[in-house]
Parts: sequence; C-alpha cells; structure tokens
Amino acid sequence: MSAALDEAPEFEAESRLAQFAARFLANRSAAFGGLVLLVLIVCAALAPLIAPHDPLAINPIMRLRPPSAEHWFGTDEVGRDLFSRIVYGCRYFLLICLVAAAISASFGTLLGLIAGAGSSLADGLIMRLMDVMLAFPYILLVLVVVAILGPSLWTGMIAVGVAGIPGYARVVRAAVLTVRREDYVEGARVLGASRAQIMFGTVLPNVLSPLIVYLSFATPLAALLASALSFVGLGAQPPAPEWGAMLVNSRTYLFSAWWAVAAPGTALFFAIFGLNLLGNGLRDVLDPQS
Amino acid sequence: MGRYLIRRLLLAAPVVVGILLITFLIKAAVPTDAVTAMYQGQMSEKDAAQAIAALRAKFHLDLPWYQQLMIYGRDLLHGDLGESIRLRRPVVDEIGFRYVNTLILTGVALAIALVVGVTTGVIAAAKRNTWLDVTATTVALFGISMPAFFFGLLLILVVSVWLRLLPVVPHGPIAILLPALSLGLIEAAPISRVTRTSMIDVLRRDYIRAARARGAGELSLILRHGLPNALLVVLTVVGLQIGNLLGGAFIIETIFSWHGIGELAVNSIKWRDFTLTQAIILVSALSYLFINLAVDVLYAWLDPRVEIQA
Repeated sequence: MSAALDEAPEFEAESRLAQFAARFLANRSAAFGGLVLLVLIVCAALAPLIAPHDPLAINPIMRLRPPSAEHWFGTDEVGRDLFSRIVYGCRYFLLICLVAAAISASFGTLLGLIAGAGSSLADGLIMRLMDVMLAFPYILLVLVVVAILGPSLWTGMIAVGVAGIPGYARVVRAAVLTVRREDYVEGARVLGASRAQIMFGTVLPNVLSPLIVYLSFATPLAALLASALSFVGLGAQPPAPEWGAMLVNSRTYLFSAWWAVAAPGTALFFAIFGLNLLGNGLRDVLDPQS
Repeated sequence: MGRYLIRRLLLAAPVVVGILLITFLIKAAVPTDAVTAMYQGQMSEKDAAQAIAALRAKFHLDLPWYQQLMIYGRDLLHGDLGESIRLRRPVVDEIGFRYVNTLILTGVALAIALVVGVTTGVIAAAKRNTWLDVTATTVALFGISMPAFFFGLLLILVVSVWLRLLPVVPHGPIAILLPALSLGLIEAAPISRVTRTSMIDVLRRDYIRAARARGAGELSLILRHGLPNALLVVLTVVGLQIGNLLGGAFIIETIFSWHGIGELAVNSIKWRDFTLTQAIILVSALSYLFINLAVDVLYAWLDPRVEIQA
C-alpha cells in the first residue's frame, strides 16, 4: 500500500516532464535556443578534441592571417588560431553564466522567499535594501562591486552575480505573495509544517516557473555584461580566450584584420541570441498566460 | 499633483541615503592598495612609510569607519567630492566637463532610440503579422542580443573602413555620430518591442473602433488616436532605458574615446582611485534617480489615473 503511494507522485512527475519536453520541442524558438546551448556545452566539454590548435600557442609567422583551411577563423595579432580560441571561449562563457546565475538566483531566491513569506519587518528591511540596489543602473552596480573587490575574471563574475540579486528577489517575492494565500499552503500549516518546511517544501516548488523564466532572461544579460567588463579591461584578462577579452587587443587591428574582431563578437552574439530565444521559448511553454 | 510630487520626493530620501552608504563602501574596501601602489619603488622604505601615513591621514583612512562616514557625509553636504588620488586635483574639476559630455552622448542616443524604436514599433503593430512585422521583430531580438561594444566596432568597420563615410578618428560635431548610433540603435530594440505590444493593445480598444466607424482614415487612426495612448506605456520604460544608456556609455565611451564619465570610471577602477570612482558612481546614481523621478512625475501629469492609484 505505502509502496503504491510512493510511486504515484513519481509517475505523475515523469509524465509532466514528458509533457514539458514535448511542448518545449514543439516551440521553434525554444528548440533553436536549446540547440545553441547544446552546441556551447559540447564545445566547452570537448574543447581539446574540437579545437585544432592550442588556444594560447603563439606563432609570430602566422600573425593576422585571414580565414583559411588551416585556420578557419584566421589568426590574431600574435598568430593564435581564432577558431580554437572561440571553442575554448565557450568554457568561459558558460562559466560566467553559471557563476553569475548561481549567485543571483540563490541569494535572490532566498531573500525573496524570506521577504514574501517571513515577517513584515524582514520584508521591509530586505525590500528597502533591494530598492537601493535597484536605484543604480545595472552596469553601475556591477562597477561598484568590481571597484570594491578589484578587477579580475572572478570578481567580474561575482559582481555581475551580486548586481543581479535584487531582480530575482523582486520576482520571487511577488510570486510568493500570490502563492502564500493558496489553500495548500494553509493545509501544510495546519498539518504542522515548520516555517522553513513551508518556505522550501511548499512555496518554493510553486514559484519555480516565474523563477526559471526570469533566470532565462537575466542570464544572457549577465553574460553580456561580464564580457563587456572583460572588454574594458575589468574582467577576464588577455591572453585568456574569453570572447570579450579577445576583442581588447584585436580592436587595434580592426582596419587590417576584421576577422579578429568579427570572430569573438559573432560568437558572443550567437550565444546571447540563443539564450534569449531559449528564454522566449521557456516563457511561452511555462507561462502560457503571458 | 503637488502632494504626489512631495510623496515621491519623501520616498526618494532613504534611497539617497542608501546610495551614499553604497558609494562609501567603495572607499572602505580599497584603502591601502591605492596609497601603497603610488609610492612603491619610488623612494626609500622609511620615506614611503611616512608618505603613506600622511596620505592615509589625508583621506581619513586612519579613523574608525563611522567617523569616516560622517566626514564623507559632511564633505558631500559642502559639495566637496574630494581629491583624486591619481590626478591630484579636485574630483569636481575633472568630472564636470565629462559629465556634460556623457549627458550629450546619452541625450542624442536616447533621441535616436526613441525615433527608431517608436517608428518601427508602430509600423510593426499597424502591419501586424506581415513581413514588415516579422522583420522588425526579428531585428529587435537581434538588437537585444547584440553586445554594444561589438556593435560599435562593427559600425566603425562598416562606416569608416569599408564605406569610408566618416574619418576613423572624426573631429568636431560629427564625432558624436558613431557612439550615439551604437548606443541608440541597441536601445531602440526594447523600445520597439514595447511600442509594438502597447500599440496592438491600444488598436483593439473601443475608442479606436468608434473612430474607425466615424470614418477616420487608417493613418489618422494610428497617429492621432492610437499613438498618444500607446506612448504612455512606452514612457514607463524610458526611465529604465536611460539607465541602460548611462550604463552602455561606460563601454561605448571607451571604444570611441569619448571623454565622458564612463571612460573615466573604468580608468579610475583600474587606477584604484577610489575618490574618483566614488564620485562618478554617486553622481551617476543620483542623476538616474532624478531622471526616474522626473519620468514618473511626467507620467502622472500625462495620465492622472496614476496619481489616484498611487
């Protein structure tokens, strides 16, 4: 008897997942975005196998060569193979997305949950703090954190993540406020669940949809900013094959070697474009009302 | 209207205090580096130690943090933003003209963004589901995904290198063209999206159907009856867009060597010149706050329903 009860929800979850997968694949923009993400992950995971050259190997004889059979995307100002650097750059891109999203989403969700489901004092304190952070334009807030921690790849990622926290907190709080009045939350309370159990066990699973939709829109923006930081010299430092950082030196050669600028720029554009499409698709699939 | 304005100002007060506290953190976190870095290797160790101590005293780094905070607040009330560590002159002198430059750049960019964004948005809404709409919507999605710094470099490449329409390092008034276009065209994308959605919504309303029934032409329907109502919604995102423009200026100014506060902010962080960073962040955040306040008040003035709800 109890075994049957244990199995029942699992079976239901599986069919919901299958439903979700079917709707996801039927949505063209979600499917295309998912494909881009898949390419990024494969390139990042298998970079040493895919890249024909060492991304850091300098070859002065082959400086600023245009795209050819040997160097698909050409070479940069010290003769490094651009295609290999783009492939390795996927690692940086995904790392930035992961770190930034992890920081903003975890802290933002926690603060949003506490603000939405906790005492009104906590709500007031947290949301006033978030208001102050939101009083800064996003990039400005990122620069504040970079200025405090000092410029580097990691502080760049952390800064973008921290600056993203208030956005998540707001979205989660708003979702919690609508969920907390639902009967099943009241039911859990009557059954004697603790506040933490209700927050994480009952409320959190029911605010996941808006959270995921927000995540899918905020992450490409965060990645864009982290690359911009590298571009102005406040993030990843050359010779790291980070796409933004790759543009720092190559922009000097814009007139003689446009491919050295076009390759990392286009890679970044397609990655962001793919993530944005994925976000659009996820919103349509998860949140049909909007 | 007066009461609404007063309430908004009162609500802004704690935010101003918060902005002050956050900019103060910049100083608290990077004290010794900048000071030590200045003297490293330039003089004997004993002299350096003395010079560092003197400089620490000058920037009040030897005091407890709460006293530093009080001094910071007092100086700001006197309009004193401090002295740049690197440039060794008052910060106000340095950022004054740069602030004006950034305002000009973002102002022109905003004008471009509004004209392009609203026009394409209205066309997309009026020709809904035609190839024009699909093109405009796709281009807008491209714009949202385009890194501003890459777009800026592409513009230089196409306009100055390939088409030779502008000198690579332009002087005089035309110098603003490329940076303003890079910033403005990218920000046109979200404005175009909002305009389209809002316009489609407005065109469904009864008063549009009534106007159509009275025999109003399609063009006057859209421009005279639809657009003013659709623009109200657009106005709400303009404040946000200005924040993006201000932020984008930090990147674009660096590419085009436009001597605004953005370029200086990036450099000041590299120099670890915290007084300079502090002042620029403070001035930008306060400007942003003020602009948003102005947009909200303008909105309430244009649409009195807001005031009643607030």
